[in-house]
Amino acid sequence: MEPYQTALAALGDPTRRLIFERLASGPLAVGQLADELPVSRPAVSQHLKVLKEARLVRDRAVGTRRLYSVDPVGVRAVRDYMDELWGRALANFARVVEEEQ
Amino acid sequence: MTETLSTEVHRSVTVNATQERAFDVFTGKWLSWWPLEHHIGATELADVVVEPVTGGRWYEVGTDGTECDWGAVLAWEPHGRIVLSWHLNGDWEYDPDPAHASEVEVRFVAETPDRTRVELVHRNFERHAHKPDQVRGGVGGEGGWGTILTGYAAAFV
Repeated sequence: MEPYQTALAALGDPTRRLIFERLASGPLAVGQLADELPVSRPAVSQHLKVLKEARLVRDRAVGTRRLYSVDPVGVRAVRDYMDELWGRALANFARVVEEEQ
Repeated sequence: MTETLSTEVHRSVTVNATQERAFDVFTGKWLSWWPLEHHIGATELADVVVEPVTGGRWYEVGTDGTECDWGAVLAWEPHGRIVLSWHLNGDWEYDPDPAHASEVEVRFVAETPDRTRVELVHRNFERHAHKPDQVRGGVGGEGGWGTILTGYAAAFV
């Protein structure tokens, strides 16, 4: 799968989207996420693993805690894919419009 | 380090053509310029149709005659503007849920009588996500992604 597809697939799960949404407002530890959401701590960890693999979430150690925050790489992959697609499409379009008249 | 994360795609191109011609080729001869490998049907693309009416369908036709929806025409304003909702996900499959649809707005601006600037904005494309097996109330609903992305973009500005 391309990076943009991995990112989209990871966000297809509603719980993962919810975790991602919480992290968008600021870094949190696993325990904090589990307290706020109707999901067990091991389940949160598993979702974070998937989000991290998709480059939507990154983590860092702060003292004895591990804080999770959003990683711009994953969403940028989706954006870059669409940008490239439309760039090619419009370049073709310009050629066709000018050629055929 | 400061990073700016854009959540929209902006593209524009200026062509030596009238506004009317630019609009007609874009909407009516989609297949002549679209990257052909991007389609959802099992067979090669035979046509891509944008129905010329607000509320109309936007769909592909395969060489075997099968029609596959891409989205809907949200605004049909010849020859100045169209807005399409795009219901395709990352695997080029149709997702009927409007909460997962992105939006493509195209403006045709006449710079001179025979020169036209085409401005394209693809927004909310992050709404494309695989349809979850079980949608739980209040999570995948309308507005969810807009809220997420506002926060998400703000986190990097």
